[in-house]
Amino acid sequence: MKIGDISYRLKVPLMFTLVILITASVVTLALTWRAYEELREEVFNNAVEIGSVLSNSLPNTMRHDDLWGAYRLVQAAEGWSGETSSRLLVVLDRDGRIYVSNSPKELAVTTPLRVHGAELARVEAEVLRLTGNLNPRPYEYPNDRRLYVILPMLSDGVAIGTLVIGYDRALFWPRFADIVERVVLSALLVTVLLLPLGWYLGNRMVKPLGHLARCMSKVGRGSSEEIVCDLRQGKDEIGQLGISFQQMLRELDEKERLESGMLASERLAAVGRLAAGVAHEINNPLGGMLNALNTFRRYSETDELGRETFDLIERGLQQIRETVSALLVEANPRSHSLSPKDINDVRMLLLADVSRKQISLVWHNRLNAEIALPSTPIRQVLINLSLNAVQASPDGGAVHCSVDSQQGLLRICVINDGPTISRERLLSLFEPFSENATGNGLGLWVTYQLVHQLEGNIEVKSRDGKTQFAVELPIKEPQ
Amino acid sequence: MTNSRKTVRGFLFLACLLLAGNLLADAAKTYRIGLTAVILTDQTSFLKEWQDYLSDRLQHPVQFVQRQTYQEVTELLLSGDLDAAWTCGYPYVRHRDQLKLLGVPLFNGAPLYRSYLIVPATDTSTREIGDLKRKVFAYSDPDSNSGFLYPQVSLIGEGIDPRHFFSKSFFTWAHRDVVKAVADGVAQGGSVDGYVWETLSRHEPALTAGTRVVSKSPLFGFPPLVVRKDFLPEHFYALRNALLHMSSDSEGRRLLQRLNLDGFSEGEDALFNGVAASVRILDGIE
Repeated sequence: MKIGDISYRLKVPLMFTLVILITASVVTLALTWRAYEELREEVFNNAVEIGSVLSNSLPNTMRHDDLWGAYRLVQAAEGWSGETSSRLLVVLDRDGRIYVSNSPKELAVTTPLRVHGAELARVEAEVLRLTGNLNPRPYEYPNDRRLYVILPMLSDGVAIGTLVIGYDRALFWPRFADIVERVVLSALLVTVLLLPLGWYLGNRMVKPLGHLARCMSKVGRGSSEEIVCDLRQGKDEIGQLGISFQQMLRELDEKERLESGMLASERLAAVGRLAAGVAHEINNPLGGMLNALNTFRRYSETDELGRETFDLIERGLQQIRETVSALLVEANPRSHSLSPKDINDVRMLLLADVSRKQISLVWHNRLNAEIALPSTPIRQVLINLSLNAVQASPDGGAVHCSVDSQQGLLRICVINDGPTISRERLLSLFEPFSENATGNGLGLWVTYQLVHQLEGNIEVKSRDGKTQFAVELPIKEPQ
Repeated sequence: MTNSRKTVRGFLFLACLLLAGNLLADAAKTYRIGLTAVILTDQTSFLKEWQDYLSDRLQHPVQFVQRQTYQEVTELLLSGDLDAAWTCGYPYVRHRDQLKLLGVPLFNGAPLYRSYLIVPATDTSTREIGDLKRKVFAYSDPDSNSGFLYPQVSLIGEGIDPRHFFSKSFFTWAHRDVVKAVADGVAQGGSVDGYVWETLSRHEPALTAGTRVVSKSPLFGFPPLVVRKDFLPEHFYALRNALLHMSSDSEGRRLLQRLNLDGFSEGEDALFNGVAASVRILDGIE
């Protein structure tokens, strides 16, 4: 199991523990070091104290070569702090030989210090190295059993011997153990107190992330509108993540919408080109055929059957021509400019159906002057959209129409409360003869073509029982 | 009036009596007895008891005076600061012309003792003093027979100059400390009063257990109590009787038991001929 696989719910408390452990270790080290320093100082002071107590009597016994007197002094000094086994006192003569020690069995009188092991040999070398130095000085060597303090024994300012006091390092261990025990206990206590906090914080941190992860896993599998992800939004990292995620969702949505819109409009353009081409190709021979038929009927004698046949052909050809011309939508730019009255006319047209279905029609005509746009196609657009809305609305429903001109744009907005149009159907809503269309299916096609010919755009939104068609048309300044 | 005069007279009489008594008491002899380390002089409570016992028997105050060295005690005795001293046979022999025996203690029934040569208990190889060449040696006191004179003489007897035989020698100024010096390992050999060693082995067996007795000397006269020759006879006899009779009462016997002695004898000068012979040998070498 890799560290990356562990949940933050565990990692955060674990990190807390780790931090506590590291802190505890550092504190232990610092305290131990300090205790060691203090002890060294204490030891040194103790030695200096002993040295000063012995500074008169011990040199005196040495001067009188009173070995027994010196031994009794050393013994008395040994018992100073009661820890007899931990302290070594050795009195050296000027040649580094043991004059007397507090453990004469090991450190026999008159033997040189150096014969008693490497540690004491170093001490002797240190003593002899600094014979001219009359100040007490500490001496320690790594891994030695003892710390030493070297105290020259002066008689009238002349060193006549040296008192070496060795302190067993084992003496320090109980203090170190005490420090370690205290720190470990404190660390344990803090850990126990902080672990639940770590657990809580870990959870708190992970919760939005887990939520986000679940939301992310939904992205791409369905409509981004269906992804409901109420991430906390704020200025901290997780809040920013929430904001970014929402923004991403919106952008994805927008992108999808643009893509599908583009697809649809491309398809509509292709269909339009095809329809126009086919219509032209049909219209030419069709005109010829109608002319020929007309001429033939005018200048020829036919029997009853012939006449009926020609009438039939003519009616069929006329129907083809109407259908084709319906496909060939052309906004007639020559019509007069749009006036508020044109909009109200459309309302009048609707009233019959509205009253029949008892629909409440809200009509906002916010135009108050003529607008430099051809009235005919716009009336057509408005009639198509509003009639569709009235048809789509259930009995007793509501239809909302508004026409507005702002910032060089004419806005037409038609809303009905009919059934929501499905996503699939929305994609091919404006296509002619589409399967789902009611009527001949050319109304929205014509509307679309007209809007595009006027260089505007049309959008449809159908959601939550409301369907809205919004048209924007650029108003061209009269040149 | 008469009554009160009588009372006053009575008071005056009483006061005179008391004054006279005090004067008499002042005039009376305080026995000052010097003690040396021939016995275990660090038993302060015992010495107090013994002092009180002797004061009681003599009907005179007795005061024990302790000094660290034999020499100091001897000098105090000779100068008249002390009336008597319990010292070693060696100073007695040296100053025999000025001193006389007051009493000689009886140890194991006889006024005799030996000098012991001791080594640390861990030393199992030493057989005689000659084996201690180049070692550290502890003497008790330069005026001690058992703690200095005898080992010196026995080395001389083996043809060895004691002054250059040991790598180091020192005085502990007390027999007990010789035992301690050897037991602690400060010295690798020591010479000690046999009586002190035996007494210590009863009082402080742990201390003597740290030592091993290598050899015992021939018998010598026990360290005696001595007085100046000019010491007043009545005091001399009073003091001697008090000592001699210690073994005949229970308190005295109890004190003697603490001393690990059987009693005191009058003693003879001839007891110290052995010491005198040693002194001659030592003087001969010097």
